[in-house]
Amino acid sequence: MTKLRISALGGAALAAVGLAAAPAAAEDYTVGMLLPYTGVYAALGEEIDQGFMLALELHGHEIPDHSVTVIREDDEVNPQVGLAKARKLVLEDEADVLVGIVSSAVLGAVRDFVHQSETPLIVANAGNDEATGERCSPFITRVSFSNSQVNRPMGQWMYDQGIRTVYTLAPDYAAGRQMMETFAAAFTAAGGTVIGQEYTPFQTTQDFGPYLTAAKAAAPDALYVFYAGGEAISFVKQYDSFGLKTEVPLYASGFLTSPLYVDAQGPAAEGVIGLLHYVPTIDTPENRAFVEAFRAANGRMPSEYAVQGYDAARMVIEAIKAGAADREELAEALRRVSFVGPRGPLEIDPATNNVVQNIYVFETVAGEEGLTQKILDVLEAERDPANGCELE
Amino acid sequence: MDAAFWIVQALNALQLSMLLFLLSVGLTIVFGLMHFINLAHGALYALGAFVAVSAAGFTGSTWAAFAAAPLAVATVGVLLYLLLIRRLRSAGPMNQVLVTFGLIFVFLDLFRMIWGDIALGLPEPEVLAGQTGLFGVVYPTYRLFIILLGLAVMAVLALVLARTPIGAMIRAGVDNDRMAACLGIDVDRLFFLVFCVGCALAGLAGAVAAPVLSVTTDMGTGILIPTLVVVVVGGLGSLKGAVAGSLLTGFVQTFGAVIAPQLAAIAIYAMLAAVLILRPAGLFPARA
Repeated sequence: MTKLRISALGGAALAAVGLAAAPAAAEDYTVGMLLPYTGVYAALGEEIDQGFMLALELHGHEIPDHSVTVIREDDEVNPQVGLAKARKLVLEDEADVLVGIVSSAVLGAVRDFVHQSETPLIVANAGNDEATGERCSPFITRVSFSNSQVNRPMGQWMYDQGIRTVYTLAPDYAAGRQMMETFAAAFTAAGGTVIGQEYTPFQTTQDFGPYLTAAKAAAPDALYVFYAGGEAISFVKQYDSFGLKTEVPLYASGFLTSPLYVDAQGPAAEGVIGLLHYVPTIDTPENRAFVEAFRAANGRMPSEYAVQGYDAARMVIEAIKAGAADREELAEALRRVSFVGPRGPLEIDPATNNVVQNIYVFETVAGEEGLTQKILDVLEAERDPANGCELE
Repeated sequence: MDAAFWIVQALNALQLSMLLFLLSVGLTIVFGLMHFINLAHGALYALGAFVAVSAAGFTGSTWAAFAAAPLAVATVGVLLYLLLIRRLRSAGPMNQVLVTFGLIFVFLDLFRMIWGDIALGLPEPEVLAGQTGLFGVVYPTYRLFIILLGLAVMAVLALVLARTPIGAMIRAGVDNDRMAACLGIDVDRLFFLVFCVGCALAGLAGAVAAPVLSVTTDMGTGILIPTLVVVVVGGLGSLKGAVAGSLLTGFVQTFGAVIAPQLAAIAIYAMLAAVLILRPAGLFPARA
């Protein structure tokens, strides 16, 4: 467990800001960071953490009278461990707000505890639709994405590109199925046909050869897939080595060719088209500044995970700026946050507590410094339907 | 679903079988010789892949990486043997399993500390990029290379075991280690030798698998179970068993995924159960 204290320094300029804002007593806010620092998602946890700390560094001056203490706990991508650590952060460390959670299974496990203890939670990754649908809570806001958000829009978009038949592949677990189902529903609604759909055993599939051969034999207009982590790298390389690239174009939920993986994927990733809420090549002043700061601090391009951590910290800062002092006020303030971040304008949808954001269609292409992301299309202010969520 | 489709799938199965063979042969012969099961064998496979990535980054050549990985892993094998495994020889199977199981976690954290959490990749050698036409189908050249490499290692091991004095000693040791010791064979030294060769082959497997798969800290734990299935199905201690076990496992896994994708995750375990019911000692156990 590490503690880090960012105290804003007093100064003439800062004091002026303090005067302009609502006069609030100096307070120390405790953020309980619940992330996987070990296990299969350790790299994601690390990215989110680095993004979070970067935002505290760059935007901490916006709350000059207050300080933020971060207490880290490792959820080990294990629901039981995650729940125990969430309890510890809330009951023992008296965290004012919890941030993090990469795995949807961990989110499912801590949801009731967070809801009943009335502790605000900012979800910085886990995308299961239910968390801001049927099982939504006024205390849980999500700054990352929902599985629907980064798949559904691709149905219409691909149809508009003239694609009529699609073959889908994804790992066989809740998120994989949810992503393929929302995509398939949207693509079918647009007028296309899903001619084949296969789920590969999660985290035990290393050889995608059998599945790729079957997909090729079905001769679809395009392949639509979701994979992440090591599976994303194996899949893209094997897709290329089987010569599918020249025959069946690959479209994907953009995690497949995340900046985290393209270096390992190499030229195989060129030409893959993905859909995601953030790519590092977004050409706005906010994003350029963010990318520069992140590269300076960590020596590599930020991924969507880093932005999720960064924006989670921005949300905390915005809520504090709005004058929220306790858990209840923080939860309420977090639901009303809106700002322009690296990925564009962001706001929390009061109907679901899910983030409303731009979604980017991008192609991975060869650039001057290796592979980069070329934005093909921007789908603005993508908002999820309520999906059975009743807030207020 | 024409003939070409099935030929490609058979090649896929063969490719997987060869990878499993490289991993399981060292494991099974060490077990046959000394009843010693090294659960950290998968971690050595991952180590081979990581060393290959670093060596390729350092020398710029994937071939150099393929040479460096077995050497480095064999060296680690020597250290493991001298520091740990030699002391465990008479400690009983439960202690051996616990210690080598613990080693898995030690290696996992070492990989994280040295190579980080972000998955890595290794490009295939340029000569082997692209596809090759074969039996009227087009197949990735690199995968054909894995198949040929596996067959070559298989042939060399078969020759050594059947035709050389050291092979005869290994066979004698597997058959009856006490009698072999009485006849003046240094069974401990044999064990050490076989253990090192097994480690080198695990390292080689990791290195040649790296361009096809991704290199992650947990790649060794993922491959360990199928490797143990191969060892048990084939029968402990025999080369023939390792060959048969890896072919059976590779084909069942591949065709399971093609014919009944819903059951792909359990296909090899169903096969394992069936083999254990029909032939409790495996298909070709070294000791009848």
